[in-house]
Amino acid sequence: MSKYKKHIMVCGGTGCRASESDTIVEKMKKELENRNLDKDVQVVITGCFGLCEKGPIVKMLPDNTIYTEVKPVNVTEIIDEHIIKGRKVKSLLPADSYKGKTDSKNMDSFKKQIRIALKNCGFINPEVIDEYIASNGYEALGKALMEYTPEQTIDIIKKSGLRGRGGGGFPTGLKWEFAAKSKGDQKYVVCNADEGDPGAFMDRSILEGDPHSVLEAMAICGYTMGATEGLIYIRAEYPLAIERLQIAIKQAREYGLLGKNILGSGFDFDIILKLGAGAFVCGEETALIHSMEGLRGEPTIKPPFPAESGYNNMPTNVNNVETFANIPTIINKGAEWFASIGTKKSTGTKVFALAGKINNVGLIEVPMGTTLREVIFEIGGGIQDGKKFKAVQTGGPSGGCLTEKHLDTPIDFDNLIEAGSMMGSGGMIVMDEDDCMVSMAKFYLDFTVEESCGKCAPCRIGNKRLYETLDKITQGKGTEADLDLLRNMSHVIKDTSLCGLGQTSPNPVLSTLDNFWDEYIAHVKDHKCEAGQCKSLLQYNIIAEDCVGCTACARVCPVGCIAGEKKEVHIIDQSICIKCGACMDKCKFNAIELI
Amino acid sequence: MCDSKIKLKEKDIAKIKEICEFFDNKAGELISVLHRCQSEFGYLPPEIQDVVSDFMNVPVAKIYGVVTFYSFFTMKPKGKYPISICTGTACYVRGAEKVLDEFKKELNLEVGETAADGKFSLSSLRCVGACGLAPVVLVGEKTYGRVAPDDVKEILAAYEN
Repeated sequence: MSKYKKHIMVCGGTGCRASESDTIVEKMKKELENRNLDKDVQVVITGCFGLCEKGPIVKMLPDNTIYTEVKPVNVTEIIDEHIIKGRKVKSLLPADSYKGKTDSKNMDSFKKQIRIALKNCGFINPEVIDEYIASNGYEALGKALMEYTPEQTIDIIKKSGLRGRGGGGFPTGLKWEFAAKSKGDQKYVVCNADEGDPGAFMDRSILEGDPHSVLEAMAICGYTMGATEGLIYIRAEYPLAIERLQIAIKQAREYGLLGKNILGSGFDFDIILKLGAGAFVCGEETALIHSMEGLRGEPTIKPPFPAESGYNNMPTNVNNVETFANIPTIINKGAEWFASIGTKKSTGTKVFALAGKINNVGLIEVPMGTTLREVIFEIGGGIQDGKKFKAVQTGGPSGGCLTEKHLDTPIDFDNLIEAGSMMGSGGMIVMDEDDCMVSMAKFYLDFTVEESCGKCAPCRIGNKRLYETLDKITQGKGTEADLDLLRNMSHVIKDTSLCGLGQTSPNPVLSTLDNFWDEYIAHVKDHKCEAGQCKSLLQYNIIAEDCVGCTACARVCPVGCIAGEKKEVHIIDQSICIKCGACMDKCKFNAIELI
Repeated sequence: MCDSKIKLKEKDIAKIKEICEFFDNKAGELISVLHRCQSEFGYLPPEIQDVVSDFMNVPVAKIYGVVTFYSFFTMKPKGKYPISICTGTACYVRGAEKVLDEFKKELNLEVGETAADGKFSLSSLRCVGACGLAPVVLVGEKTYGRVAPDDVKEILAAYEN
């Protein structure tokens, strides 16, 4: 293997690939060859750096310089300036660096982060198993197989305090123990990679950037519970992650790290992929198992828990991608080390996907107990266009909206539930003053109604009624009694639904009612939407001083609700107006306003 | 059941048979079989479901139940250039709805419909995970990021020929 002096790491995640990062890689390789530098400088396609807003991302090693929003045309400049002359290309440095920081080790967005689950994302080529092994990959599996008994391994996970990162927050070690104690001819390890929460993309990034960490953890889990088969249930919408997993599984088999008699220990374990087909409810483990069995993804009542009777009615342990990605490091560095990070009841770190009206959209990993303020304003770079922060939705459609008053709450499983939201998979959607909270709740309910499997009545019918009531309010036809109805219905749905989907789906409604009561009242009493998002509550008005009486608006109005003589001020008849906005588009004098 | 089979060509039936056999005709692999069939034929009309039912010995009602349960499966053919607008939360708060409205207006199609000439079809999907580029529009395999309503005409123009 030749030794390279310098490396150019190019992000090959879904976001950056969509902005032509693969063209950048090809061009770089060609240009390096042209300059006879291809023996000294290596171009590496990596997983996600987490700076998705500013993609495509290119990182230069050994000096850790980060270049953002790189385009194929910038390639020659990077090579000629940075590689050959040793000067940084200023125009491509991230905004952060204007304070004199240009490398990833000192940038504000990285400083507060501790990376465990994402530790290899952006550092290794996910398609080369040697790179994973070179960064201590498969060492944990070796350790577990050679040095620890299954019970000792479970004990390490229990002591680490690791809780399920998929949303529920159930202690992982305990779950493994249940599965280990269950008896069955065949047991299964399942990885839940059906990331259904829209706006959360950490599982995809881990699978794209570091697939071997998940394979290794699944093998360790198999060893502890006596399973020889692993299944990864992955969304069909993630073609790149599927491809990288297939490559990783093939390489691991070739190296004897999957298959028969792993590392000569006598332990057999292999992994296959199962494609999902797009159903949010399949994040629920019993629904996921049914989907893997070729059925509709409908949940069933627990008990029996999957640990007793899961896939093909055999003991099955289901964990989420991020949970698995933590396992190898816990085994390598020890339970005490992991438990020393985070808070007492929520140890370790959590990956969050920042999205919405925030400057640095992307993936971050911070210790549990970090506050929302630190995440949104320090790491996330604050709100876009200098607008005011209004709310942040954590936990996706199952979570709730948190506001200004929650900004200093340390984030952990229990605090978020207490605040009326939940951790969920770690999606964080930031909203500013232009977002209407009633519309936001309606948006989430629209999602839930579509995704409800229809098996139990409270979820199937109740959520639909919630949606209709919210829709009525955004149309300006709601009353105060509707607000009580919303609250009562929400509680009934929560209490009586069969699975996690229905038990949490009213959370966006309840949390917005709690935190934005005034906004609901403004909608039902004054028929006003301050954010200006509910079209039906807006009025088009002609500003008398600015109107020259050109009649253009009256001519374009499809319902003929604008009256006025030539060269005189026109008036809109609000009772007929359908709020199409045609008049405003047509007016050349900016004489029509929306209030 | 046999009537609808007539509509499929011999070689199509042979292809479906091959797919089912690849998965040993196991009922547990139904979703994998349907994935393969959809990528082969583009969609899953009743005819195909019928044939799959025959080979796998699974009632066609069950297959229909699975096809209609999952959003990835479709019983209608997509256009030559399928357009999908991401309406995940990140795209929604950054104005995906206005972009979707613009596409509806320009194409005169509703979500889930395919144009009469088979050129474009319109659908919405939940999150492709490229939230940094929100709002995101997919035309076939090509991704367009940070799409504004004003960009819609230009995007469509690229597929005029």
